[in-house]
Amino acid sequence: MSKLDELLHWLKETGFATAIRENGSWFPWIEAIHVLAVTIVIGSIGLLELRLIGLTSLNRSVSRVLKDVLPITWSAFAASVVSGFLLFASNAPTYAANTFFLSKLVLLAAAGLNAFGFHAFVERSIARWDSAARTPIPARLSGVLSLVMWVGIVVCGRWVGFTLVPTP
Amino acid sequence: MVPLVQTVHILAIGAVIGSGLMIALRTLGWVAPDQSLASTNLRFLRVIWWSLPVLLVSGLLMISAEPARSLENPAFALKMALLLLSVIVNLCYQAPLLHNPDFWELSTRRRRVGQLIAFVSLALWVGVIFSGRFIAYVEAS
Repeated sequence: MSKLDELLHWLKETGFATAIRENGSWFPWIEAIHVLAVTIVIGSIGLLELRLIGLTSLNRSVSRVLKDVLPITWSAFAASVVSGFLLFASNAPTYAANTFFLSKLVLLAAAGLNAFGFHAFVERSIARWDSAARTPIPARLSGVLSLVMWVGIVVCGRWVGFTLVPTP
Repeated sequence: MVPLVQTVHILAIGAVIGSGLMIALRTLGWVAPDQSLASTNLRFLRVIWWSLPVLLVSGLLMISAEPARSLENPAFALKMALLLLSVIVNLCYQAPLLHNPDFWELSTRRRRVGQLIAFVSLALWVGVIFSGRFIAYVEAS
């Protein structure tokens, strides 16, 4: 057994993970919170991406939409990470062996990199195109990439529930 | 097919709840305080109106794929009841705006009622999402 496997099994046997796995109603409640949090993440960040791409909120500057949206996105993201971790812990080795779960993590990392790239590079010149309906290509590209990645995250997340294979 | 339709359904719910949250927070002045309530509402209502047909079609597809799973399920019945309530609450909010876009801002009292309605509507949608997820866990009777 590798170190990672040991860690996953240890996580599964912790008190809270066992409780979530064995109590019939905890899992669905945490899962419902997770779904709610994810819908708020994508529903809020999507508003920003649609502005960047040039489809909505065109009468409002990008920086203002950013300011409106990002506190909501980050709060909901925090809630989805905590609830997601609890769900994962309840059956860590099984999730870690699932391709869709792993793809979801990769997409999350990619979305994080994309967001970092936006803030570190694209946003630097925002003063020049803040109010423009048509934003520069890197900004639009960042918006499209983020949307695609977040849709992919939801797709993978939904597929995890249909493809779990119990592991010993 | 079912997980794909569910994904579309979840994405459309995301659009509704994200925009609904922005509208509710605007009534408190936490979001876009520099933009009028009427134009903030318009901005986000557009997104909601685009999402509702997607929700309806994807929802109907899921029902037709597994009618017994939903139609005989108490969680589904609760979801539809909450949805109906939400429609009524939102009609009560929107109807006066057709005649006067500033209707909910004309007095402190109306502003409070507007805030209340926005958050009741949001709470109903949270209930719709929770009962929707519980369809998978509650036995059809």
